[in-house]
Amino acid sequence: MAELWQEYLLPLIIIVAKILVIVVPLLICVAYLTYVERKVIGAIQLRKGPNVVGPFGLLQPFADGLKLLMKETVVPSSADQVVFVFAPILTFTLGLAAWAVIPFGQGLVLADINVGILYLFAISSLGVYGIIMAGWSSNSRYAFLGALRSAAQMISYEVSIGFIIITVLLCVGSLNLTDIIMAQKSVWFAIPLFPMFVVFFVSALAETNRTPFDLPEAEAELVAGYNVEYSAMTFALFFLGEYANMILMSAMAVVLFFGGWLPPFDVAPFTLIPGPVWFLIKIMIILFIFLWVRATFPRYRYDQLMHLGWKVFLPLSLVWVVLTAGVLIFTGWLPLAGGTL
Amino acid sequence: MPEAGLVVSAAAFYLFSTLVLVSGVMVVTARNPVHSVLFLVLAFFNAAGLFLLLGAEFLAMILVVVYVGAVAVLFLFVVMMLNINFVTMREGFLQYLPMGGLVGLILLVELVFVTGGWTFAPEVTMAGSPSTIVAPLGVMTNTRALGDVLYTQYFYLFQAAGLVLLVAMIGAITLTHRSRPDVRRQKISEQVSRPRKDSIEIRKVPTGRGV
Repeated sequence: MAELWQEYLLPLIIIVAKILVIVVPLLICVAYLTYVERKVIGAIQLRKGPNVVGPFGLLQPFADGLKLLMKETVVPSSADQVVFVFAPILTFTLGLAAWAVIPFGQGLVLADINVGILYLFAISSLGVYGIIMAGWSSNSRYAFLGALRSAAQMISYEVSIGFIIITVLLCVGSLNLTDIIMAQKSVWFAIPLFPMFVVFFVSALAETNRTPFDLPEAEAELVAGYNVEYSAMTFALFFLGEYANMILMSAMAVVLFFGGWLPPFDVAPFTLIPGPVWFLIKIMIILFIFLWVRATFPRYRYDQLMHLGWKVFLPLSLVWVVLTAGVLIFTGWLPLAGGTL
Repeated sequence: MPEAGLVVSAAAFYLFSTLVLVSGVMVVTARNPVHSVLFLVLAFFNAAGLFLLLGAEFLAMILVVVYVGAVAVLFLFVVMMLNINFVTMREGFLQYLPMGGLVGLILLVELVFVTGGWTFAPEVTMAGSPSTIVAPLGVMTNTRALGDVLYTQYFYLFQAAGLVLLVAMIGAITLTHRSRPDVRRQKISEQVSRPRKDSIEIRKVPTGRGV
């Protein structure tokens, strides 16, 4: 009995506790991201934003959550019920599952796997299923059109994200996220690879279906896109999953280009602040740009979106991969760190 | 009592392989083709889990990225967009059964032969010998080990595989691409390079007389 406890139950409890330590703050962050979004856009448009529920409207996200929880979940009678209910659950789960490999500080990571960045890429490429399943199972024209658009868009921009990741990996010599961050000890990759960061950021906007690439939910033409038939908690799961994905893409940008938890300068006043705080600050800055873009740019036309993805970003990132590889070989900077475990 | 890690990985193995088999069966038996594709995705996913248990983490991730993230999405696209009548699809079932059964049987026999006669090349198993092509476990990550073999030993085969893919891609595009002359496309470079004198004309219009 003691052995059962020691070898099976205790590790299980520890791992569940670790997961909760990541997931609960993440969900609170997601809730407050919606609040910050409304506040920021409000400020940009010279409005106040939510300011009624609680001090400064700080309880607004909980009020919204409670409202969605109390509402009735409506499943359309001609919908494919199992797939219809499964789609939001999948979106939400994937939004959380990716956080298993994100390092919050030196050694502060749930699973420090060798292929961390590939895992992130794999999880984000799965995100399209939630949307496509939702659109198909709703048995509604609007939802289906939204899902098709979204799927095509996500696949297109994933290709250039893949090449950007390869560029970074060439400079690191490892797929491990901690190694990627440690390789930026002297200089953040955002400086030598700045054009790639811009391409990554724009692709991240497209990947998360954010303005100016929010065609899947273009409310003027598709009502609300793939989630038009969803209500109450099923809708809330989509919503939470999307915002969790936004934070995830920001975290990925920070890990790949802004040195993760590393301070900007390796000297006294900066090194006093703990790593996770730096990580959070950097994520918040990227998230602010997400919101800023939303308040600033009009929506792209669909053919322009595809043009940008396939005819601009893909060749650009491909050339940059070759260029980076060439420079690394020529200067002899090619890292061979991955040689040993 | 066996070691805890072994018990857990054995349990995971049985879970993954059961799910692979069950979803494999569901792919062919599901009535709705979209469900078939979704079960295929589940099968791929669990196969990736099996790879992980073997320690082949790179292959597992690539399986998810390529097959689940790209190939199966395209399957799903095609199946969803085709307007398939589920009833007529079932009609020819008995008619095709002997042929399909025969093909399946041949495949099964071949698979048995292949797996029954499976041997490793001597240089793979002789760990530590100078001609070893695969690095011994624990010295390097398997991503690097794969790259070491793929880009040296099998370089030409690797390039050939790339060429085959390129030819297939070009073939698919030439077969399906239709150039439609009546479609109006936006030419951004033309729009941007249009000078002001071609597009705007400023006139002084006398009051009360018009242009």
